[in-house]
Amino acid sequence: MNIISVRGLTKLYGELRAVDRVDFDIKRGECFGFLGPNGAGKTTVMSIICCLLPPTDGDVRVFGMDVKEKPSEIKARIGVMPQDENLDPDLSVIENLIVYARYFDIPKRLSVPRADELLEFVGLTEKRNSPIKSLSGGMKRRLLLARALLNNPELLILDEPTTGLDPSSRHHVWDMLNHLKTKEGTTLVLTTHYMEEAEKLCDRVAIMSLGRVVAIDPPEALIQRYGGNLEEVYLRLTGRGLEH
Amino acid sequence: MNIKRAFRVWQRHLTVYTKLYKSSFVINFVEPALYLLAFGLGLGAFVKEIKGMPYIEFIAPGIMASSAVFASVYECTYGTYVRMTYQKTFDAILVTPVNLNDLIMGELLWGATKSLLYGTSIMIVITIFGLAKSPLIVLSVPILFLGGFIFAELSVICSALVPGIDSFNYFYTLFLTPMFFFSGIFFPLDAFPKIVEKIAFFTPLYHLVNITRALARGMPLSSGIDILWIFVVAGILLPYPFRLMKKRIIR
Repeated sequence: MNIISVRGLTKLYGELRAVDRVDFDIKRGECFGFLGPNGAGKTTVMSIICCLLPPTDGDVRVFGMDVKEKPSEIKARIGVMPQDENLDPDLSVIENLIVYARYFDIPKRLSVPRADELLEFVGLTEKRNSPIKSLSGGMKRRLLLARALLNNPELLILDEPTTGLDPSSRHHVWDMLNHLKTKEGTTLVLTTHYMEEAEKLCDRVAIMSLGRVVAIDPPEALIQRYGGNLEEVYLRLTGRGLEH
Repeated sequence: MNIKRAFRVWQRHLTVYTKLYKSSFVINFVEPALYLLAFGLGLGAFVKEIKGMPYIEFIAPGIMASSAVFASVYECTYGTYVRMTYQKTFDAILVTPVNLNDLIMGELLWGATKSLLYGTSIMIVITIFGLAKSPLIVLSVPILFLGGFIFAELSVICSALVPGIDSFNYFYTLFLTPMFFFSGIFFPLDAFPKIVEKIAFFTPLYHLVNITRALARGMPLSSGIDILWIFVVAGILLPYPFRLMKKRIIR
Protein backbone atom coordinates (compact mmCIF):
# COMPACT_ATOMS: atom_id res chain seq x y z
CA MET A 1 0.00 0.00 0.00
CA ASN A 2 1.29 3.48 -0.88
CA ILE A 3 1.71 5.89 2.00
CA ILE A 4 2.77 8.70 -0.33
CA SER A 5 1.72 9.08 -3.93
CA VAL A 6 3.01 11.92 -6.08
CA ARG A 7 1.94 12.60 -9.68
CA GLY A 8 3.16 15.39 -11.94
CA LEU A 9 4.45 17.46 -9.02
CA THR A 10 5.78 20.83 -10.12
CA LYS A 11 6.90 23.69 -7.90
CA LEU A 12 7.82 27.08 -9.28
CA TYR A 13 9.53 29.85 -7.36
CA GLY A 14 8.85 32.70 -9.74
CA GLU A 15 10.60 31.60 -12.92
CA LEU A 16 12.65 28.90 -11.25
CA ARG A 17 11.41 25.32 -11.65
CA ALA A 18 12.50 23.92 -8.29
CA VAL A 19 10.58 20.69 -8.91
CA ASP A 20 9.64 19.66 -12.41
CA ARG A 21 6.95 17.02 -13.16
CA VAL A 22 7.98 14.51 -10.54
CA ASP A 23 6.20 11.16 -10.01
CA PHE A 24 6.86 8.57 -7.32
CA ASP A 25 5.17 6.34 -4.77
CA ILE A 26 6.44 5.39 -1.35
CA LYS A 27 5.19 2.15 0.17
CA ARG A 28 4.22 1.65 3.79
CA GLY A 29 7.14 0.35 5.83
CA GLU A 30 9.92 1.18 3.38
CA CYS A 31 12.86 3.49 3.82
CA PHE A 32 13.09 5.89 0.91
CA GLY A 33 16.00 8.25 0.31
CA PHE A 34 16.38 11.36 -1.83
CA LEU A 35 19.86 11.97 -3.17
CA GLY A 36 20.99 14.91 -5.22
CA PRO A 37 23.13 18.03 -5.15
CA ASN A 38 22.03 21.13 -3.23
CA GLY A 39 19.31 22.90 -5.20
CA ALA A 40 18.12 19.70 -6.90
CA GLY A 41 14.71 20.02 -5.24
CA LYS A 42 14.92 17.41 -2.47
CA THR A 43 14.01 19.70 0.39
CA THR A 44 11.21 21.29 -1.65
CA VAL A 45 9.66 17.87 -2.29
CA MET A 46 9.92 17.04 1.41
CA SER A 47 8.35 20.38 2.39
CA ILE A 48 5.43 19.72 0.06
CA ILE A 49 4.90 16.27 1.57
CA CYS A 50 4.90 17.90 5.03
CA CYS A 51 2.18 20.32 3.86
CA LEU A 52 4.48 23.30 4.40
CA LEU A 53 4.54 24.45 0.78
CA PRO A 54 1.68 24.18 -1.68
CA PRO A 55 2.48 22.47 -4.98
CA THR A 56 2.22 24.70 -8.04
CA ASP A 57 0.84 21.78 -10.02
CA GLY A 58 0.30 18.05 -9.65
CA ASP A 59 -1.31 15.71 -7.17
CA VAL A 60 0.34 14.90 -3.83
CA ARG A 61 -1.37 12.43 -1.51
CA VAL A 62 -0.16 11.35 1.91
CA PHE A 63 -2.15 8.58 3.63
CA GLY A 64 -4.52 8.97 0.65
CA MET A 65 -5.28 12.60 1.57
CA ASP A 66 -4.55 15.65 -0.55
CA VAL A 67 -1.86 17.88 1.02
CA LYS A 68 -3.81 21.00 0.00
CA GLU A 69 -7.03 19.85 1.65
CA LYS A 70 -6.08 18.07 4.86
CA PRO A 71 -2.78 19.50 6.16
CA SER A 72 -3.58 19.15 9.86
CA GLU A 73 -4.88 15.60 9.49
CA ILE A 74 -1.75 14.58 7.57
CA LYS A 75 0.65 16.37 9.92
CA ALA A 76 -0.96 14.69 12.94
CA ARG A 77 0.35 11.36 11.61
CA ILE A 78 3.86 12.32 10.51
CA GLY A 79 7.03 13.11 12.42
CA VAL A 80 9.60 15.53 11.08
CA MET A 81 13.25 15.76 12.02
CA PRO A 82 14.48 19.05 10.55
CA GLN A 83 17.90 19.77 9.16
CA ASP A 84 18.30 22.88 11.34
CA GLU A 85 18.11 22.55 15.07
CA ASN A 86 14.93 24.31 16.23
CA LEU A 87 14.51 23.29 19.86
CA ASP A 88 13.12 25.80 22.33
CA PRO A 89 16.27 27.23 23.95
CA ASP A 90 14.39 28.56 26.98
CA LEU A 91 12.95 25.17 27.92
CA SER A 92 14.64 22.09 29.35
CA VAL A 93 14.89 18.79 27.48
CA ILE A 94 11.73 17.31 28.98
CA GLU A 95 9.82 20.59 28.69
CA ASN A 96 10.65 20.74 25.00
CA LEU A 97 8.94 17.40 24.55
CA ILE A 98 5.90 18.15 26.71
CA VAL A 99 5.25 21.49 25.00
CA TYR A 100 5.65 19.88 21.59
CA ALA A 101 3.24 17.07 22.48
CA ARG A 102 0.57 19.69 23.19
CA TYR A 103 0.53 20.69 19.52
CA PHE A 104 -0.68 17.14 18.89
CA ASP A 105 -3.25 17.43 21.70
CA ILE A 106 -1.39 14.87 23.78
CA PRO A 107 -2.20 15.65 27.43
CA LYS A 108 0.52 15.80 30.03
CA ARG A 109 -0.49 12.55 31.72
CA LEU A 110 0.33 10.75 28.45
CA SER A 111 3.13 12.96 27.16
CA VAL A 112 5.35 12.69 30.25
CA PRO A 113 5.64 8.87 30.19
CA ARG A 114 5.93 8.94 26.39
CA ALA A 115 8.69 11.56 26.58
CA ASP A 116 10.59 9.55 29.19
CA GLU A 117 10.30 6.43 27.07
CA LEU A 118 11.66 8.32 24.05
CA LEU A 119 14.50 9.90 26.05
CA GLU A 120 15.53 6.41 27.02
CA PHE A 121 15.31 5.28 23.39
CA VAL A 122 17.60 8.09 22.22
CA GLY A 123 19.89 7.77 25.24
CA LEU A 124 19.15 11.14 26.85
CA THR A 125 17.54 10.05 30.10
CA GLU A 126 20.36 11.62 32.11
CA LYS A 127 19.81 14.94 30.35
CA ARG A 128 16.07 14.96 31.13
CA ASN A 129 16.10 18.20 33.12
CA SER A 130 19.08 19.88 31.47
CA PRO A 131 18.88 23.11 29.52
CA ILE A 132 19.19 22.81 25.73
CA LYS A 133 22.43 24.78 25.62
CA SER A 134 24.19 22.07 27.63
CA LEU A 135 23.60 19.50 24.86
CA SER A 136 26.20 18.59 22.25
CA GLY A 137 25.33 18.65 18.54
CA GLY A 138 24.75 14.90 18.52
CA MET A 139 22.51 15.07 21.59
CA LYS A 140 20.42 17.83 19.99
CA ARG A 141 19.96 15.63 16.94
CA ARG A 142 18.79 12.75 19.11
CA LEU A 143 16.40 15.03 20.97
CA LEU A 144 14.99 16.23 17.63
CA LEU A 145 14.42 12.59 16.74
CA ALA A 146 12.68 11.93 20.05
CA ARG A 147 10.50 15.00 19.48
CA ALA A 148 9.57 13.77 16.01
CA LEU A 149 8.39 10.49 17.52
CA LEU A 150 6.11 11.92 20.22
CA ASN A 151 2.94 11.39 18.19
CA ASN A 152 3.84 7.80 17.22
CA PRO A 153 4.13 8.76 13.55
CA GLU A 154 3.43 6.27 10.80
CA LEU A 155 5.70 8.29 8.56
CA LEU A 156 8.98 9.84 9.66
CA ILE A 157 10.58 12.52 7.52
CA LEU A 158 14.27 13.26 8.05
CA ASP A 159 16.14 16.06 6.32
CA GLU A 160 19.84 15.19 6.38
CA PRO A 161 19.57 13.37 9.72
CA THR A 162 23.30 12.93 10.30
CA THR A 163 24.89 15.95 8.63
CA GLY A 164 27.59 17.39 10.85
CA LEU A 165 27.73 14.43 13.25
CA ASP A 166 30.85 12.56 14.25
CA PRO A 167 31.02 8.90 13.14
CA SER A 168 29.90 7.40 16.43
CA SER A 169 26.90 9.74 16.72
CA ARG A 170 26.06 8.95 13.11
CA HIS A 171 26.05 5.21 13.79
CA HIS A 172 23.90 5.82 16.84
CA VAL A 173 21.28 7.63 14.70
CA TRP A 174 21.44 4.85 12.08
CA ASP A 175 20.81 2.21 14.73
CA MET A 176 17.78 4.08 15.99
CA LEU A 177 16.37 4.54 12.49
CA ASN A 178 16.93 0.86 11.76
CA HIS A 179 15.08 -0.04 14.93
CA LEU A 180 12.12 2.17 13.96
CA LYS A 181 11.95 0.61 10.53
CA THR A 182 12.31 -3.04 11.49
CA LYS A 183 10.67 -3.11 14.94
CA GLU A 184 8.05 -0.39 14.73
CA GLY A 185 7.26 -0.59 11.02
CA THR A 186 7.69 3.17 10.61
CA THR A 187 7.98 4.43 7.04
CA LEU A 188 11.13 6.55 6.68
CA VAL A 189 11.73 9.22 4.07
CA LEU A 190 15.07 10.98 4.20
CA THR A 191 17.45 13.18 2.27
CA THR A 192 21.16 12.66 2.52
CA HIS A 193 24.50 13.53 0.99
CA TYR A 194 26.14 10.39 2.39
CA MET A 195 26.11 7.43 0.03
CA GLU A 196 26.99 5.13 2.90
CA GLU A 197 23.88 6.30 4.73
CA ALA A 198 21.71 5.69 1.67
CA GLU A 199 23.14 2.19 1.17
CA LYS A 200 22.85 1.26 4.84
CA LEU A 201 19.29 2.50 5.42
CA CYS A 202 17.37 2.86 2.17
CA ASP A 203 15.33 0.21 0.41
CA ARG A 204 15.03 2.56 -2.56
CA VAL A 205 16.59 5.87 -3.49
CA ALA A 206 15.48 8.61 -5.86
CA ILE A 207 18.29 10.57 -7.45
CA MET A 208 17.29 14.15 -8.19
CA SER A 209 18.93 16.66 -10.49
CA LEU A 210 17.65 20.11 -11.51
CA GLY A 211 14.17 19.47 -10.13
CA ARG A 212 13.70 16.10 -11.86
CA VAL A 213 13.90 12.56 -10.58
CA VAL A 214 16.49 10.93 -12.81
CA ALA A 215 16.39 7.44 -11.25
CA ILE A 216 14.39 5.51 -8.65
CA ASP A 217 15.57 2.07 -7.61
CA PRO A 218 17.09 0.07 -4.79
CA PRO A 219 20.74 1.11 -4.38
CA GLU A 220 21.97 -2.36 -5.42
CA ALA A 221 19.94 -2.23 -8.63
CA LEU A 222 21.45 1.15 -9.53
CA ILE A 223 24.95 -0.14 -8.88
CA GLN A 224 24.28 -3.22 -10.99
CA ARG A 225 22.87 -1.17 -13.87
CA TYR A 226 25.49 1.57 -14.00
CA GLY A 227 28.47 -0.18 -12.45
CA GLY A 228 30.95 1.10 -9.87
CA ASN A 229 29.63 2.15 -6.46
CA LEU A 230 26.65 4.32 -5.48
CA GLU A 231 28.76 7.46 -5.40
CA GLU A 232 29.87 6.92 -8.99
CA VAL A 233 26.28 6.23 -10.07
CA TYR A 234 25.22 9.43 -8.32
CA LEU A 235 27.92 11.52 -9.97
CA ARG A 236 27.11 10.13 -13.39
CA LEU A 237 23.33 10.67 -13.06
CA THR A 238 23.59 14.17 -11.63
CA GLY A 239 25.80 15.26 -14.52
CA ARG A 240 29.07 15.48 -12.63
CA GLY A 241 30.54 12.24 -13.84
CA LEU A 242 34.25 11.62 -14.02
CA GLU A 243 34.12 11.71 -17.83
CA HIS A 244 33.28 15.43 -17.80
CA MET B 1 -7.85 29.21 11.63
CA ASN B 2 -8.60 26.82 14.44
CA ILE B 3 -8.83 28.50 17.85
CA LYS B 4 -7.83 25.39 19.79
CA ARG B 5 -4.60 25.08 17.83
CA ALA B 6 -4.00 28.85 18.21
CA PHE B 7 -4.39 28.28 21.94
CA ARG B 8 -1.60 25.65 21.81
CA VAL B 9 0.76 28.31 20.47
CA TRP B 10 -0.41 30.80 23.10
CA GLN B 11 0.16 28.10 25.72
CA ARG B 12 3.74 27.56 24.51
CA HIS B 13 4.46 31.26 24.92
CA LEU B 14 2.94 31.22 28.40
CA THR B 15 5.09 28.23 29.39
CA VAL B 16 8.26 29.95 28.20
CA TYR B 17 7.18 33.21 29.84
CA THR B 18 6.48 31.63 33.23
CA LYS B 19 10.05 30.31 33.17
CA LEU B 20 11.52 33.72 32.42
CA TYR B 21 9.11 36.21 33.99
CA LYS B 22 11.15 36.67 37.17
CA SER B 23 13.82 38.42 35.18
CA SER B 24 11.52 40.45 32.95
CA PHE B 25 8.36 41.23 34.90
CA VAL B 26 9.77 43.70 37.40
CA ILE B 27 11.80 45.54 34.79
CA ASN B 28 8.56 46.49 33.07
CA PHE B 29 7.52 48.56 36.08
CA VAL B 30 10.65 50.65 36.03
CA GLU B 31 9.71 52.71 32.99
CA PRO B 32 6.13 53.59 34.00
CA ALA B 33 7.34 54.32 37.54
CA LEU B 34 9.98 56.69 36.15
CA TYR B 35 7.42 58.52 34.02
CA LEU B 36 5.09 58.90 36.97
CA LEU B 37 7.89 60.15 39.21
CA ALA B 38 9.64 62.42 36.75
CA PHE B 39 6.61 63.90 35.08
CA GLY B 40 3.90 63.36 37.67
CA LEU B 41 5.86 64.65 40.63
CA GLY B 42 8.66 66.61 38.96
CA LEU B 43 6.71 68.45 36.29
CA GLY B 44 3.53 68.15 38.38
CA ALA B 45 5.06 70.50 40.96
CA PHE B 46 4.87 73.29 38.37
CA VAL B 47 1.76 72.25 36.47
CA LYS B 48 -1.11 72.61 38.88
CA GLU B 49 -4.01 70.97 37.14
CA ILE B 50 -4.99 69.86 33.69
CA LYS B 51 -8.68 69.55 32.86
CA GLY B 52 -9.49 69.76 36.54
CA MET B 53 -7.17 66.91 37.58
CA PRO B 54 -3.87 66.96 39.47
CA TYR B 55 -1.16 66.42 36.85
CA ILE B 56 -0.09 62.99 38.12
CA GLU B 57 -3.68 61.79 37.95
CA PHE B 58 -3.97 63.21 34.45
CA ILE B 59 -1.04 61.18 33.15
CA ALA B 60 -1.45 57.93 35.15
CA PRO B 61 -4.09 56.19 32.95
CA GLY B 62 -2.14 57.01 29.80
CA ILE B 63 1.08 55.66 31.31
CA MET B 64 -0.82 52.46 32.09
CA ALA B 65 -2.20 52.23 28.53
CA SER B 66 1.10 52.95 26.81
CA SER B 67 3.09 50.54 28.99
CA ALA B 68 0.50 47.88 28.24
CA VAL B 69 0.63 48.28 24.47
CA PHE B 70 4.41 48.46 24.40
CA ALA B 71 4.51 45.03 26.06
CA SER B 72 2.56 43.72 23.07
CA VAL B 73 4.77 45.62 20.62
CA TYR B 74 8.01 44.17 22.03
CA GLU B 75 6.51 40.70 22.00
CA CYS B 76 5.26 40.80 18.42
CA THR B 77 8.21 42.64 16.88
CA TYR B 78 11.43 41.34 18.45
CA GLY B 79 9.79 38.29 20.04
CA THR B 80 7.94 37.16 16.93
CA TYR B 81 10.90 37.91 14.68
CA VAL B 82 13.31 35.91 16.83
CA ARG B 83 10.91 32.96 16.91
CA MET B 84 10.43 33.19 13.17
CA THR B 85 14.05 33.52 12.07
CA TYR B 86 16.76 32.87 14.70
CA GLN B 87 15.12 30.25 16.89
CA LYS B 88 13.12 28.70 14.03
CA THR B 89 10.28 28.07 16.47
CA PHE B 90 7.83 28.66 13.61
CA ASP B 91 9.42 25.86 11.57
CA ALA B 92 9.15 23.51 14.53
CA ILE B 93 5.49 24.31 15.11
CA LEU B 94 4.39 24.27 11.47
CA VAL B 95 5.21 20.58 10.99
CA THR B 96 2.71 19.71 13.73
CA PRO B 97 -1.07 19.90 13.14
CA VAL B 98 -0.79 23.66 13.83
CA ASN B 99 -1.07 25.61 10.58
CA LEU B 100 0.25 29.10 9.79
CA ASN B 101 -3.04 30.88 10.52
CA ASP B 102 -3.30 29.14 13.91
CA LEU B 103 0.27 30.14 14.66
CA ILE B 104 -0.29 33.81 13.76
CA MET B 105 -3.47 33.94 15.85
CA GLY B 106 -1.44 32.50 18.74
CA GLU B 107 1.09 35.32 18.34
CA LEU B 108 -1.64 38.00 18.29
CA LEU B 109 -3.45 36.59 21.31
CA TRP B 110 -0.22 36.30 23.23
CA GLY B 111 0.70 39.92 22.45
CA ALA B 112 -2.72 41.02 23.69
CA THR B 113 -2.32 38.86 26.79
CA LYS B 114 0.96 40.55 27.66
CA SER B 115 -0.73 43.94 27.37
CA LEU B 116 -3.40 42.69 29.70
CA LEU B 117 -0.87 41.34 32.22
CA TYR B 118 1.30 44.46 32.32
CA GLY B 119 -1.57 46.92 32.02
CA THR B 120 -3.50 45.29 34.82
CA SER B 121 -0.54 45.18 37.16
CA ILE B 122 0.11 48.89 36.58
CA MET B 123 -3.59 49.55 37.09
CA ILE B 124 -3.35 47.92 40.50
CA VAL B 125 -0.35 50.04 41.40
CA ILE B 126 -1.91 53.37 40.37
CA THR B 127 -5.13 52.45 42.16
CA ILE B 128 -3.20 51.70 45.35
CA PHE B 129 -1.55 55.11 45.10
CA GLY B 130 -4.95 56.74 44.69
CA LEU B 131 -4.30 57.94 41.15
CA ALA B 132 -7.58 56.58 39.80
CA LYS B 133 -10.62 58.22 41.26
CA SER B 134 -13.22 55.78 39.99
CA PRO B 135 -13.55 52.01 40.40
CA LEU B 136 -14.63 52.00 36.75
CA ILE B 137 -10.91 51.86 35.94
CA VAL B 138 -11.31 48.11 36.23
CA LEU B 139 -13.14 48.23 32.89
CA SER B 140 -9.75 49.10 31.37
CA VAL B 141 -8.85 45.41 31.50
CA PRO B 142 -10.73 44.36 28.32
CA ILE B 143 -9.75 47.67 26.67
CA LEU B 144 -6.07 46.96 27.34
CA PHE B 145 -6.49 43.50 25.84
CA LEU B 146 -8.10 44.89 22.69
CA GLY B 147 -5.56 47.71 22.49
CA GLY B 148 -2.78 45.15 22.87
CA PHE B 149 -4.39 43.13 20.09
CA ILE B 150 -4.30 46.11 17.70
CA PHE B 151 -0.63 46.70 18.47
CA ALA B 152 0.06 42.98 18.05
CA GLU B 153 -1.57 43.19 14.61
CA LEU B 154 0.59 46.17 13.63
CA SER B 155 3.72 44.53 15.03
CA VAL B 156 3.18 41.18 13.31
CA ILE B 157 2.55 43.05 10.05
CA CYS B 158 5.85 44.79 10.65
CA SER B 159 7.63 41.49 11.42
CA ALA B 160 6.30 40.07 8.17
CA LEU B 161 7.65 42.99 6.16
CA VAL B 162 11.05 43.83 7.68
CA PRO B 163 14.10 42.53 5.85
CA GLY B 164 16.07 42.25 9.11
CA ILE B 165 15.78 42.80 12.84
CA ASP B 166 17.45 46.23 12.66
CA SER B 167 14.61 47.54 10.52
CA PHE B 168 12.33 47.62 13.57
CA ASN B 169 14.14 50.87 14.44
CA TYR B 170 12.08 52.59 11.74
CA PHE B 171 8.83 51.35 13.24
CA TYR B 172 9.88 52.46 16.71
CA THR B 173 11.41 55.81 15.80
CA LEU B 174 9.09 56.95 13.04
CA PHE B 175 5.78 55.58 14.31
CA LEU B 176 5.76 54.51 17.95
CA THR B 177 7.77 57.31 19.56
CA PRO B 178 5.87 60.21 17.92
CA MET B 179 2.62 58.40 18.62
CA PHE B 180 3.61 58.08 22.28
CA PHE B 181 4.35 61.79 22.69
CA PHE B 182 1.34 62.99 20.72
CA SER B 183 -1.23 60.61 22.18
CA GLY B 184 -2.38 63.08 24.82
CA ILE B 185 -0.72 61.24 27.72
CA PHE B 186 1.33 64.20 28.92
CA PHE B 187 -0.63 67.17 27.59
CA PRO B 188 -3.96 67.75 25.86
CA LEU B 189 -3.58 68.14 22.14
CA ASP B 190 -5.84 71.23 21.95
CA ALA B 191 -2.81 73.47 22.45
CA PHE B 192 -1.53 72.49 19.00
CA PRO B 193 -2.92 73.41 15.61
CA LYS B 194 -5.97 71.26 14.82
CA ILE B 195 -3.98 69.09 12.40
CA VAL B 196 -2.06 67.44 15.28
CA GLU B 197 -5.22 66.11 16.86
CA LYS B 198 -6.46 65.01 13.44
CA ILE B 199 -3.31 62.96 12.88
CA ALA B 200 -3.48 61.58 16.43
CA PHE B 201 -7.04 60.45 15.71
CA PHE B 202 -5.58 57.88 13.30
CA THR B 203 -3.28 56.34 15.93
CA PRO B 204 -4.64 53.76 18.35
CA LEU B 205 -2.83 54.98 21.47
CA TYR B 206 -4.66 58.34 21.39
CA HIS B 207 -7.98 56.51 21.78
CA LEU B 208 -6.69 54.16 24.46
CA VAL B 209 -5.52 57.17 26.47
CA ASN B 210 -8.93 58.83 26.09
CA ILE B 211 -10.76 55.68 27.16
CA THR B 212 -8.60 54.82 30.16
CA ARG B 213 -8.60 58.43 31.37
CA ALA B 214 -12.38 58.59 31.06
CA LEU B 215 -12.69 55.36 33.03
CA ALA B 216 -10.31 56.56 35.73
CA ARG B 217 -12.49 59.68 36.13
CA GLY B 218 -15.68 57.60 36.18
CA MET B 219 -16.99 59.05 32.90
CA PRO B 220 -17.03 56.06 30.54
CA LEU B 221 -19.64 57.49 28.15
CA SER B 222 -17.42 60.40 27.13
CA SER B 223 -15.17 57.97 25.25
CA GLY B 224 -17.83 56.17 23.21
CA ILE B 225 -16.28 57.14 19.88
CA ASP B 226 -12.85 56.00 21.04
CA ILE B 227 -14.22 52.60 22.05
CA LEU B 228 -15.94 52.23 18.69
CA TRP B 229 -12.70 53.26 16.97
CA ILE B 230 -10.58 50.51 18.55
CA PHE B 231 -13.15 47.80 17.78
CA VAL B 232 -13.44 48.89 14.14
CA VAL B 233 -9.69 49.22 13.61
CA ALA B 234 -8.94 45.87 15.27
CA GLY B 235 -11.35 44.35 12.75
CA ILE B 236 -10.01 46.22 9.73
CA LEU B 237 -6.42 45.22 10.47
CA LEU B 238 -7.21 41.57 11.18
CA PRO B 239 -6.63 40.00 7.72
CA TYR B 240 -3.22 41.59 7.19
CA PRO B 241 -0.98 39.79 9.71
CA PHE B 242 -2.20 36.50 8.25
CA ARG B 243 -1.86 37.53 4.61
CA LEU B 244 1.57 39.12 4.96
CA MET B 245 3.01 36.31 7.05
CA LYS B 246 1.73 33.80 4.51
CA LYS B 247 3.50 35.77 1.81
CA ARG B 248 6.72 35.79 3.79
CA ILE B 249 6.75 32.18 5.00
CA ILE B 250 4.95 30.14 2.34
CA ARG B 251 6.32 30.92 -1.08
